[in-house]
Amino acid sequence: MTYLPKPAIRHPALPVNALGLTRRDYEGSVSTLCAGCGHDSISAAIVHAAFELDLPPHRIAKLSGIGCSSKTPTYFLGKSHGFNSVHGRMPSVATGASLANRDLIYLGVSGDGDTASIGLGQFAHAMRRNVRMVYIVENNGVYGLTKGQFSATSDKGAKSKRGVTNNDEAIDLVGTALGLGASFVARGFSGDKTQLVPLIKAALQHRGAAFIDCVSPCVAFNNHPGSTKSFDFVREHNEAVNHLDFITPRTEITADYAPGAVEVVVQHDGSLLRLRKLAADYDVHDRVAAMAWLQQRQSAGEIVTGLLYVEPETVDLHGHLNTVGVPLNGLAEPELCPGSEALDRLNAGLR
Amino acid sequence: MPARLDRVAGLERVNDFVVKFANVNGSGSASANRLFARAILRMGVPATPRNIFPSNIQGLPTWYQVRVSEAGHLGCRGGADLMVAMNPQTWDKDVAEIVPGGYLFYDSTKPLPASKFRGDIVVIGVPLTAICNSTYTDPRQRQLFKNIIYLGALSALLDIDAQVIEQLIGEQFQGKDKLIAPNVHALHLGRDHALAHLQCPIGLRVRRSDAVGDRVFIDGNSAAALGSVYGGATVAAWYPITPSSSLAEAFERYCRRYRTDKTTGEKRYAIIQAEDELASIGMVIGAAWNGARAFTATSGPGISLMQEFIGLAYFAEIPAVIFDVQRGGPSTGMPTRTQQADVLCCAYASHGDTKHVLLFPQDPAECFEFGAAAFDLADRLQTPIFVMLDLDIGMNERLCPAFAWDDSRRLDRGKVMTQEELEQGAEFGRYLDVDADGIPFRTYPGTHGARGAFFTRGTSKDRFARYSEEGAAYIDNMQRLLRKFETAKLLAPRPVRTDATGPAPIGAIYYGSTSPAMDEAVALLAERGVALDLLRIRAFPFHPDVGAFVAEHEQIFVVEQNRDGQLRMLLTVEEEIDPKKLTRILHYDGTPITARFIAEAIAEQALASNIVPLRKAVP
Repeated sequence: MTYLPKPAIRHPALPVNALGLTRRDYEGSVSTLCAGCGHDSISAAIVHAAFELDLPPHRIAKLSGIGCSSKTPTYFLGKSHGFNSVHGRMPSVATGASLANRDLIYLGVSGDGDTASIGLGQFAHAMRRNVRMVYIVENNGVYGLTKGQFSATSDKGAKSKRGVTNNDEAIDLVGTALGLGASFVARGFSGDKTQLVPLIKAALQHRGAAFIDCVSPCVAFNNHPGSTKSFDFVREHNEAVNHLDFITPRTEITADYAPGAVEVVVQHDGSLLRLRKLAADYDVHDRVAAMAWLQQRQSAGEIVTGLLYVEPETVDLHGHLNTVGVPLNGLAEPELCPGSEALDRLNAGLR
Repeated sequence: MPARLDRVAGLERVNDFVVKFANVNGSGSASANRLFARAILRMGVPATPRNIFPSNIQGLPTWYQVRVSEAGHLGCRGGADLMVAMNPQTWDKDVAEIVPGGYLFYDSTKPLPASKFRGDIVVIGVPLTAICNSTYTDPRQRQLFKNIIYLGALSALLDIDAQVIEQLIGEQFQGKDKLIAPNVHALHLGRDHALAHLQCPIGLRVRRSDAVGDRVFIDGNSAAALGSVYGGATVAAWYPITPSSSLAEAFERYCRRYRTDKTTGEKRYAIIQAEDELASIGMVIGAAWNGARAFTATSGPGISLMQEFIGLAYFAEIPAVIFDVQRGGPSTGMPTRTQQADVLCCAYASHGDTKHVLLFPQDPAECFEFGAAAFDLADRLQTPIFVMLDLDIGMNERLCPAFAWDDSRRLDRGKVMTQEELEQGAEFGRYLDVDADGIPFRTYPGTHGARGAFFTRGTSKDRFARYSEEGAAYIDNMQRLLRKFETAKLLAPRPVRTDATGPAPIGAIYYGSTSPAMDEAVALLAERGVALDLLRIRAFPFHPDVGAFVAEHEQIFVVEQNRDGQLRMLLTVEEEIDPKKLTRILHYDGTPITARFIAEAIAEQALASNIVPLRKAVP
């Protein structure tokens, strides 16, 4: 980390977005993570995505659990409310927040310990309830803040920095999310910003639980030879199924690719996802095929990345509950309190 | 065995007796038993039922006892004047429980040896199974109507107006009208049999009165749920656990009625049955952080699981309402029995230095009142509020004052800085004590484009919500939380004091479901010449009245339903009262505390310790 505070002045030529905000308006305080940490790249990708989507920062709420990853919400979107909750329990807090006000965007950030170990239960239930939120796991396969213990996503056979081999099976979070009925599942790599930023943009526009498992090497404890979450290992084994360009309705689609190589997915809000297919037979709308693909490629030692599954017309938790279209936190007495006459009638029925 | 043994002179009591039904769980008896209690209420005589049930769906013993008391005693009395013994598994125990001169009602279809009976009770046999088998062929009908048949026989024996029961059956099956006639028929099968073959009525009788007034009859869990609707709760997250599940279910029922748009069907509420109690409290905290009124309902094991989140809500200052419907602990304990054993665990829930606000309702009326008030308190104090019910209040229907609501009442959302205030440049420090009451301002997420955003965290922070492990900032914050707790003393429901008619050197402190038994115990003690001033505590932290009450008396009895005297511990620790001054009166076998128990225990200790100048017993 650096000890230098961020300068308050900014370059006058910094580009502004449709809201008149610069990228600096989407940043947070200075990161206290290790220099070179993959998580900082993810924070930068979030800043980039929110800036380019012209999202008002105060309409986003950031939530996290505990751990290195969960510290990052202080390092982006400084004008947004943030909630650093308890270890492994971000999904329940996000679920409650989403119920209270359906109009905000909820951005949950978690880690592999926070999600796959202590928080596996809450992760699972947020996915199956289809809570409208972005759920990013900054997955480095190690406990950083407590100094190098294995997590539940450490690969079987992976070697720790101290030379200890992990004998437990790894929990594959994208496979788990698919099995749980998640309506948007992706995997990114903190070292590949061109892939990650569009994935985050698409997730931010998704009307359900949008899960991104982002492999994010830990430079302090899990970036050595033998690790399966190191920069080198991930670069060598990264097999993207597609490349996603997020496109707003205003942007014209230009066909740069051969027919059949590009798929355009219309999102619920009318925005478009343009998928450049890297694996010709991969279908992002076929859950079962996606699960089979993952199993086959991962057993061959590949790290499958890209947009793995999406249901553009999904129905989220509010849809299933059939709640009113306005935020519940804005309802006042007349909408909430049935009043004395109703109570008198109720009393009469209790005698 | 004759149908009735007339050699014993049975008890003679009008509108003052206890009937206990011994049934098999899952046999459909609950509905008939409830009709019995409600018929007596409709005749204008207070009746208090208590369901004593096992942690089981079918097959284990269950009891339903109804105390009939024109004088209005709603507490548990103990003993049974009439036992309706429908369960062979518990026959011996049930027969033993009948008071001398009491009555035993049983199914006489199969003869029982004389050794199965007692010589000092009146035995009433009705061949229920034989009547059923000759009338119905379907086994389920035989089972269900047997209950209505015994209800019919009891109506004749106790002089209960059959028309009142018919009316209730009509109300119960409104909309399923074809069920009315068969039930009325079964009722008369039993009634006609009793009138034809037995001496009716017996010594225990119900006589029409007007002692019920306009009171209502409801269980505490439903009342608390209704209070939550009136208090403006929009988000409920819960995990099923006895004895609290019916609170969340009642909330859903009332919301369907009162919070559903008539034309669109859209809901002005959200209820989530969570995956566990950690998730349910997490959802409540997330919703309340985001400006909705939210609650969970649980019992002891759930409270244990919620500890970490409760500490977060205390330290990060997020409102939350937690209904704890207490049951017998520790561990799984006695899941279907009552206790007040979570007092300490809620008062100091979570690690580190914490203190929480607890409310103690005494009956469904206060469950409604405190249920609604808890949301105002939570928002005002920005902290978790525990509403401490127990199984006795929560799951039993009880006569209580009719619910009332002042339509001019407004929800107190507490100190929330608005978009306008922020726009005008009001200084916002999330943990800044601007009014010297320990309560800072908060903002809801999404309020203002440039001001008022802050980071909520469980780590220590300064007055502007910036992470800090500086000792001075930490102490500043912790001291402010203590100031806030002082503020809570005057906002929470004040204790209720009831003095003896003359000066009394001794007092009793009690709370929650002990209330009806305590009221009756005072009368019993007065008869024995022991005068007692009473203080019913309704909230923690303690109002200054509590310390004053203790100071005014030489000796205080603290009456509780737990083993360790948990409220007494709170009194000694928080009010710095000499423990010697506080005598424990403890009842914790899982059954509701009784007036007889309290009177006996207090009389024994008061008279033995000689501190009470014996006054002349009331003639």
